Amino acid sequence: MALVLNEEQLMLKDSAAGFLTQKATVAHLRALRDNGSERGFSDEVWRDMVEMGWAGIAIPEAFGGLGYGYTGLGLVLEQAGRNLSASPLQSTVLVSATVIGELGSAQQKEQLLGAIAAGEKLVSLALQEGPHHTPLHTAMSAAAEGSDYILNGTKVLVLDASAAHTFIVIARTDGTPGDEQGLSAFLVDAATPGLTLERRSLVDSRNVGALVLEDCRVSASNLLGAPGEAWGGLSRALDIANIGLAAELLGLATEAFERTVAYLKERKQFGRVIGSFQGLQHRAAELFAELELARSIVLQALNAIDNGEPELSLIASAGKAKLCEVAQRATNEAIQMHGGVGMTDEFEIGFFIKRARVAQHMFGDYNYHLDRFARLSGF
Amino acid sequence: MSDFEQFRQETRAWLEENCPQSMRTPVKGFEDFYSGGRKPEIEHPDQKVWCDRMAARGWTVPHWPKEYGGGGLDKAEVKILHQEMARIGARRPLDSFGISMLGPALLHFGTEEQKREHLPKIVRGEIRWCQGYSEPNAGSDLASLATRAEDRGDHYVINGQKIWTSYADKSDWIFCLVRTDNSGSKHEGISFVLFDMDQPGVTTRPIKLISGSSPFCETFFDNAIAHKRNLIGEEGKGWTIAKYLLTHEREMISGFGTAPIKSVGQLAVETMGTDLTGRLANSVLRQTIAQYQLDTMAFGATMARVGDEAKAGQGLGAASSIFKYYGTELNKRRNELNLAVCGEAALGWEGKEYRDGALSRDWLRSKGNSIEGGTSEVQLNIIAKRVLGLPDA
Repeated sequence: MALVLNEEQLMLKDSAAGFLTQKATVAHLRALRDNGSERGFSDEVWRDMVEMGWAGIAIPEAFGGLGYGYTGLGLVLEQAGRNLSASPLQSTVLVSATVIGELGSAQQKEQLLGAIAAGEKLVSLALQEGPHHTPLHTAMSAAAEGSDYILNGTKVLVLDASAAHTFIVIARTDGTPGDEQGLSAFLVDAATPGLTLERRSLVDSRNVGALVLEDCRVSASNLLGAPGEAWGGLSRALDIANIGLAAELLGLATEAFERTVAYLKERKQFGRVIGSFQGLQHRAAELFAELELARSIVLQALNAIDNGEPELSLIASAGKAKLCEVAQRATNEAIQMHGGVGMTDEFEIGFFIKRARVAQHMFGDYNYHLDRFARLSGF
Repeated sequence: MSDFEQFRQETRAWLEENCPQSMRTPVKGFEDFYSGGRKPEIEHPDQKVWCDRMAARGWTVPHWPKEYGGGGLDKAEVKILHQEMARIGARRPLDSFGISMLGPALLHFGTEEQKREHLPKIVRGEIRWCQGYSEPNAGSDLASLATRAEDRGDHYVINGQKIWTSYADKSDWIFCLVRTDNSGSKHEGISFVLFDMDQPGVTTRPIKLISGSSPFCETFFDNAIAHKRNLIGEEGKGWTIAKYLLTHEREMISGFGTAPIKSVGQLAVETMGTDLTGRLANSVLRQTIAQYQLDTMAFGATMARVGDEAKAGQGLGAASSIFKYYGTELNKRRNELNLAVCGEAALGWEGKEYRDGALSRDWLRSKGNSIEGGTSEVQLNIIAKRVLGLPDA
């Protein structure tokens, strides 16, 4: 597959941009924040997205999706990044549908992926337990009891937690923290007794929560895949999730950069526009170069998923690490080059740096993925 | 059998018969390529044999039209030829500025007569060309060049000095930017002329670089003669050709940034070893190498993407403006890492144990990559102004 968008993909990109710049902009995110929205996104916007097929964009047609592949989903996520559009695209479409696709039985896939594609079900992955992404150190316990499992432990950074109908809870049926063996994935209904949900507030104003599971009884039929064998599929799903987040960060960083360049052409000091100063020109030009590299590696990584390349981890960590680096630089430069106005809540550029850091952190930040990239490269 | 398959079989058979065994060995370094000319540097007699045999079929420059001595092959055939050459490890038979720089400019801007006069001699490796661009006071600000060309009817008389003329002392002819008019802006009044270096008015002096080699010269013109039939394009409009050629040169230099065969990380593991987790023991160096390899991968993806976009008819995107800048900076980073990874072994200057200082000399030479053909700073100016649309100071 060539590193170039085809006609169908270019159309998808344009229609995504058209919709999101109308319906799900930074101004909308600000309104959700200021109105204290419990769900953190607009149900109306989500219904429209479902109607356009985005809820099933990467889900195969056999399961009721559009079958546009992850390159298609990546294009939508990039536009969502440009507009900081709040929606369950990340929690349900990118992450959960992928985990189900990797680990679920044929029957589970048919039921759940169909429901996700139809917009009937929101699902969220409950993985992280501490301040960092260390999936192998999962300590949440799942003890077998008859044909059930009893789950105990806590989770943080559960996306769209207060809107999700179902959680995919990663727990340990065996082994000790650090082991690949023994990790299991459970479908846990949000109404399950013993599950309590706490809405949390992060800098990006998106919907996120913490879960406490206290003697939560879950049927063995709710296991995704065999008990203790979740790591392989989960790991691949996390690679895909990181590539999707890299696509979102690409859109976010590009938008922050373009807004900054526009500001450099408009703001005057010392009797001239500040964009005429070489000190700023060279920083902008270097950032432009980095953004071009970022765009290429994201496209290569999305293609790698759709081509079914077996060695996905290397390109996934490369893509996420590069986009963490570039998004961090683009948003930091955006604030600095906007000067005082960039520090104000009234101006929108601050929303970009806030969302960037949460997306960077999710499923492993720059340090995590650069280390992993080096390890997978043999050093 | 398809036409392409037949072409492949014939090519394979011909190469098998005509490529001397000695030309199926890797070159020792960049400077081992055969460049032809009236006074060729011949390391091995087979170099000329190989070049002559290939030139007879036009395959020293397989994609040029047959009427100018080239091979007249289309893109698919050129690819097959290169694949078949690679299969037996055949060296490029001829490598010259005539092929990479002047030829494309002549094909684009030259008259029919000029193409017929000069291109076949490039294909046959008879004439070696050098490029007369930079001057002592016209480096980054190339358009301020001052070498004068006075109109004497059917010829120009040229006076002035060029610098950084690659291999001028080994070349036969020069393609040269000269000033034919001083009255307009600095970009006007520049002309692109060709002339023979073998004349009393031309002298060259090699410049010894920090790497110890002397690939560049100072070139002096003292009433040198250039015939008007060798003026390329219109008089005073040479800047257009100069810019066209600079683009070519920058693409060539940016290719230095592509990933080496053995990764720096692998080299580091072999020379320095790992800790019990398989990681390089020095975490600071490990991080620097990882950043370099990540950027090399992303740069490679960018070259591929720009190529694919061009093939899909989406034109040469803005991304191509970063090639020269980014590729040369990456090459400098790689050379610094070679030093860090190899330590004392990379600091050798002479002697077998240091391969005559191959690593240190490459490292020193790489410093010039971000200066020659437009400095990194000039490239950033170009991106800022032409791509981002930021205003002049």
